[in-house]
Amino acid sequence: MDLTALFSMMPGAAAQGLIWGVMAIGVYITYKILDVADLTVDGTMCTGGAVFIMLTMAGAPIPLALLGAFLAGMLAGLATGLFHTVCGIPAILAGILTQLALYSVNLRIMGQANQPISFRNYDLLISSRNVKSLSLENPIFIGVLFTIVIIALLYWFFGTELGSSLRATGANASMARAQGINTNFAKVLGLMLSNGLVALSSALLAQYQGFADVNMGRGAIVIGLAAVIIGEVLLSKVFRNFALLLLSVVIGSILYYVVYNVVIWLGLNTDDMKLITALIVAVFLTIPYWKGKYFSKPGRKGASSHA
Amino acid sequence: MLEIKEVYKTFNAGTVNEKRALNGLNLTLDDGDFVTVIGGNGAGKSTMLNIVSGAYTVDSGSITIDGQDVTGLPEHKRARFIGRVFQDPMMGTAATMQIEENLALAARRGQKRTLRPGITKAEREEYREMLKILDLGLEDRLTSKVGLLSGGQRQALTLLMATLKKPKLLLLDEHTAALDPKTAAKVLETTEKIVKRDKLTTLMITHNMRDAIAHGNRLIMLYDGRVVLDIAGEDKKHLTVEDLLEQFTKVSGSDEADDKLLLS
Repeated sequence: MDLTALFSMMPGAAAQGLIWGVMAIGVYITYKILDVADLTVDGTMCTGGAVFIMLTMAGAPIPLALLGAFLAGMLAGLATGLFHTVCGIPAILAGILTQLALYSVNLRIMGQANQPISFRNYDLLISSRNVKSLSLENPIFIGVLFTIVIIALLYWFFGTELGSSLRATGANASMARAQGINTNFAKVLGLMLSNGLVALSSALLAQYQGFADVNMGRGAIVIGLAAVIIGEVLLSKVFRNFALLLLSVVIGSILYYVVYNVVIWLGLNTDDMKLITALIVAVFLTIPYWKGKYFSKPGRKGASSHA
Repeated sequence: MLEIKEVYKTFNAGTVNEKRALNGLNLTLDDGDFVTVIGGNGAGKSTMLNIVSGAYTVDSGSITIDGQDVTGLPEHKRARFIGRVFQDPMMGTAATMQIEENLALAARRGQKRTLRPGITKAEREEYREMLKILDLGLEDRLTSKVGLLSGGQRQALTLLMATLKKPKLLLLDEHTAALDPKTAAKVLETTEKIVKRDKLTTLMITHNMRDAIAHGNRLIMLYDGRVVLDIAGEDKKHLTVEDLLEQFTKVSGSDEADDKLLLS
């Protein structure tokens, strides 16, 4: 086995992990804070990139195109939120409906299934060709920058009255309503924020890989969950502060891509990666459940007396 | 303060499980009334509180709080007027949030939630003082997660949250029923203290007849979705458990034996 080949893959893994980390933070907002598994993100993970590329090709400056992607993601979240709260559709199904609809929407936006964008013609923010360069254009540096700014903004937001009302809604909806919180509004807002971040991540990913593809978001929710869960399992004992919890999600995402690249390096078929990802997430979801079910309150005394 | 007029509420209408919970309920509370509510299972006690709080909508009839018709108002908007403590200690607080965060949420009941800080330094000091009234040592555990507290502690905290912003109406739905007798007595004592201090208009459901007699200035009995007994003032002071049982037998007829047990 060629270890240098593996090492040379690591910068790319870090960059991908950071970009997907933004997406995973979006998943964290719905899955951990609002207590909703939002499947919209599989669609939004393409929408952001699609909107970004079309806006850039139409002559929009990069920051504006990024903002456009973020807003498009928020719209997707709004659709799911309204399906869920106004139409009374269960959250998971509401997400699936929007995700399916977005497949058509994404094709409409791009006009075709795949839309390339080249750093040669546009002044892209982040590109895989710079992944080993020691400059400010290195995608790892830009990824870290985005991560810090996003975590700082979310840390502030979830400390505000409005942000607290979102946390209360996820923690105990009946208590939230008794305290005068409009839980439907909170859910919609949370879904919008989450999908906005996912779309932003998608816009970064499209630049990094040089294209947007109608299938680029397939299974995104599982990758996001993997990042959230890996981060939680490995770091929840050490990290308590909210900002650090968000950071652990990004670290989880980077670790996921490190593992992903190791799998490629080992010569496994990357076509099997989704299968492997699904199994990893299933295992990590199973562990805490079984722990609680079969190994709860073993007590040191009891354990030693059996030994 | 509160006026419930001709309210009907039926669950699962048109099915075999059809249950008429409120059957033309009428009740008027004066400012400062502390009303205890008794009645057998299925008499409509909890449903009454839930239609007042907005957790359930009514089939017909109207609900007025402090002169404002709130019949069509959603639950979170009615919260501006109402403080609530539930039977289940888990329901009134957010387990994954800190004690001070829970209190800060309650302090903003009825206000628009903006991008201002969710909790300020000055508030923390206030909460520390307020928690002392509970006499549970919670004033030293402001940043503890509520999930770490016992049922009694959580219920006491919920009571504090319900009354933190003085409500026009306090609704207590058997809020001591899930607690052990000693803790229940303590929470009830705190309830009495706060209600008296703030002169809160209160509706308290209880399964315990002695508590119903000992607390409040007025007692009502619900049966079959209606108020069948309403005792206030001097009459209530001289009330005994035997009186209540006798009254209950009168209104309930053949159900007497079963419900007697449920009530005592």
